[in-house]
Amino acid sequence: MSEDLRKIIIDGQEIEVPTSYTLLQAAETAGREIPRFCYHERLSVAGNCRMCLVELVGAPKPAASCAMQVKDMRGGPNGEPPAMNTLSPMVKKAREGVMEFLLINHPLDCPICDQGGECDLQDQSIAYGRTGSRFPENKRAVEDKYMGPIVATEMTRCIQCTRCVRFVTEIAGVPEIGMIGRGEDAEITTYLEKSITSELSGNVIDLCPVGALTSKPYAFNARPWELEKTETIDVMDAVGSNIRVDARGPAVLRILPRVHEGVNEEWISDKTRYAWEGLGRQRLDKPYVREAGKLRAIAWPEALKIAAGKLSGDASKIGAIAGDLCSVEEMKAAKDLFDALGVVSYDCRQDGSKLNSGNRQDYLFNTTIAGIEEADAILIIGANPRTEATMINARIRKTWLNNDTQVGLIGAPVDLTYPYEHVGTSAADLAGLKKKRSGFIKTLKDAKRPMIILGSAALAGADGEQVLRAAGELAAAVGAVSADWNGFNVLHTAASRVGGLDLGFVPGTGGHDVAGLQSASMDTIVLMGADELDMASFGKAFVIYIGSHGDAGAHRADLILPGAAWTEQDGIFVNTEGRVQLASRAVFPKGDAKENWAIFRALSEHLGKTLPYDNLAQLRRQLFASHAVFAGIDYAPGSDDAAEFDVAKIGAAGDVADSDFGVAVTNFYFTNPIVRASKTLAECSAIAAGPAQAAAE
Amino acid sequence: MSVRRLAKQQPDSFTFNAKSEKEIAFWLGKYPEARKASAVIPLLWIVQKQEGWVSEPALRVVAERLEMPYIRVYEVVTFYTMFNLAPVGEHLIQVCGTTPCMLRGSEALIKVCKSRIGEAGEISGDGKFTWVEVECMGACANGPMFQLANKDGDHYVEDLDAAKFEQILDDLAAGKDIKYGPQSERNASEPHGTKVLTDPALYDGSRAKKIKLPNTGKAEAKS
Repeated sequence: MSEDLRKIIIDGQEIEVPTSYTLLQAAETAGREIPRFCYHERLSVAGNCRMCLVELVGAPKPAASCAMQVKDMRGGPNGEPPAMNTLSPMVKKAREGVMEFLLINHPLDCPICDQGGECDLQDQSIAYGRTGSRFPENKRAVEDKYMGPIVATEMTRCIQCTRCVRFVTEIAGVPEIGMIGRGEDAEITTYLEKSITSELSGNVIDLCPVGALTSKPYAFNARPWELEKTETIDVMDAVGSNIRVDARGPAVLRILPRVHEGVNEEWISDKTRYAWEGLGRQRLDKPYVREAGKLRAIAWPEALKIAAGKLSGDASKIGAIAGDLCSVEEMKAAKDLFDALGVVSYDCRQDGSKLNSGNRQDYLFNTTIAGIEEADAILIIGANPRTEATMINARIRKTWLNNDTQVGLIGAPVDLTYPYEHVGTSAADLAGLKKKRSGFIKTLKDAKRPMIILGSAALAGADGEQVLRAAGELAAAVGAVSADWNGFNVLHTAASRVGGLDLGFVPGTGGHDVAGLQSASMDTIVLMGADELDMASFGKAFVIYIGSHGDAGAHRADLILPGAAWTEQDGIFVNTEGRVQLASRAVFPKGDAKENWAIFRALSEHLGKTLPYDNLAQLRRQLFASHAVFAGIDYAPGSDDAAEFDVAKIGAAGDVADSDFGVAVTNFYFTNPIVRASKTLAECSAIAAGPAQAAAE
Repeated sequence: MSVRRLAKQQPDSFTFNAKSEKEIAFWLGKYPEARKASAVIPLLWIVQKQEGWVSEPALRVVAERLEMPYIRVYEVVTFYTMFNLAPVGEHLIQVCGTTPCMLRGSEALIKVCKSRIGEAGEISGDGKFTWVEVECMGACANGPMFQLANKDGDHYVEDLDAAKFEQILDDLAAGKDIKYGPQSERNASEPHGTKVLTDPALYDGSRAKKIKLPNTGKAEAKS
């Protein structure tokens, strides 16, 4: 659908823009900068800060450019195109006036304000404001409000732009912030100063144009200009949100979102935002060996000698499990070493999901995250996207808001922030769905672009392969896969999972998978940052833990080889869409810790099976040669291979169990060893558990 | 205007009585089901008519009845000063303090309020009265005046002075009925006395005083 275009004149320059554009968008198209506080392109228009005033030629008063559309402009008396000015003396005076009013009640506490240096009000008062104030009266003061462990408030600084109110209502879907009172006494608060219950609440800190809402854990830590910024990728879930890591010296001090329209737009979850707190605590910085139940710090050569001794044993009695945070390079080095040793029992599916390495579109989120916005019916099976992939849940909510998309859920009933039809709770409900004629199956069949999202909880059961087949059959039955649309999606929960499956980090012939490794009596187990397992199940095996944090794995380990966390090494991660993304090093590994792939490289030399690469670039060259898929940086395949979608190759035929699907993420804030070491997220977790307990009573 | 907060002491629960339920049904009938949040102000007013003030549990009951978030109702109830956020006495006296009433002596009424009842918003010792100063209630021709809100509804009491006001407070305290409307001899807002347009002095110029225009003498001397 082509849009109507209209010719308008901006500062004497003629430009053609769609009539649905606002004046602000039209001015930006013409390359003009319009100052604003309340306007945000991803939120509804409020029009209450008045900073974006422009002059409409012929109109007696300036107009708020964020709230007026091009189609409402009036042309000149002789049929001239409508004209507006953004640089005229009237606009300058209007901006100065608005700025003066905004600053009447804004404290002059920039030197002690955390927003200093990255404050919209500061920047714009310099660019558009007057030099002095003509206001001799007292300024107003506002009581600070409690908003939870994440958002610190200094409400005297608030300029009532209501961005935070609109964000939590529209994007986060938990309408808990509001503006009470009126006039000079208007205040932003949560209902009775309760903690915000959204897992996206940290984004209001970025949205706040002044220092009213700031980050509590980061308070008074650093100034923005002292920080070294590294653009990288988040690994807290399988979405691969684009982030910027801000560090000073060896310490990561904060994590901010980067814009990526295809993945996280410009939001990140609270877990991503405060993972940095865990990077400084519970770190493994030296190799340790367990002697008579106690850990003893040793040097690398000794540690590698012990490990090599164990790994040179019976290859059939050696196993390895890759955790949720492993980069592709680490798994590649590990796989090469184990293959050289003849070890076949290695697995990257720590959660036990029954997905096979092989045909890529059988385990990817094929619709792509941006593609969700085109879907008109979505069936979620055995997943809670709100906790497993927060950004995907936000995208589904956006789609539901804009497109009237119908959502159905098979699994435990949870609050997804949008209404859905609860279709069932078990795999049997899924299998029975395609036999039905009415209800949600009809919605899916009638939909032009239906989506099926299969969560890892549904795939983790003993009947995981059968569930996979049932979901595939359902997708085929409702026409979810066509030449240009692939509505069959697997929602992963771990950043390493898709990379591992792409690499083939799954047991070879006769090898044990994760469940097998836990039940069989093995001699040696290598845990690559794998902590979310029952450690008692490894029995008498010698456990070598390679990882960054002292968590469950390190407590069980007989030998600890300290590795780098994801911010401390370059690495490739593949998100649930199959999008290959590069994470970059922001700081160096702690103490004696080494980059994880280098540990395997060093081990290989001690075992006499030296791996054929000496640095990361060589490793990557070999990786791209053997697995070309990793070379397509930032590319999500989407429906590329949809024509080859074959249900008969997905999972396995058979009956599914009648038991309810499990829950993949029981505690959103505690999913990996890094976030378990974060104090703020522990507080969030305690608060999140509070109301749930109260509700259960 | 000042910062409005919910009262510190709140009841444990709130339920609408039968009379209120009838009114709610009337108001909800005015809006489509999907837009029933439009009835938030009428419902809050029904709460206030039933209880005399809007408590926090009542606020939640209204939100749940209209399927809207608590914070949205909280926003409305703090925006409108018409809603009492704390308990009030049996009779709520809303004295108009805007310019016309002030010129006609509302400050004397407020003085009486302060001496007899206490500070604005407080309940008097006997629990009978609360007074507040409000902005213009549109009865400027009959100022000074106050609006009396009690179980009998909302009524204007006009054409007051301190003595009449004291008398009214006495009557109310004694449980007597009072006369609503103007407390003078006139009917509604008709002119005082008999000097209506029949008096020639109103138009023949005889009541006019000679005035001296400022600066005229000096200006002439200069030129």
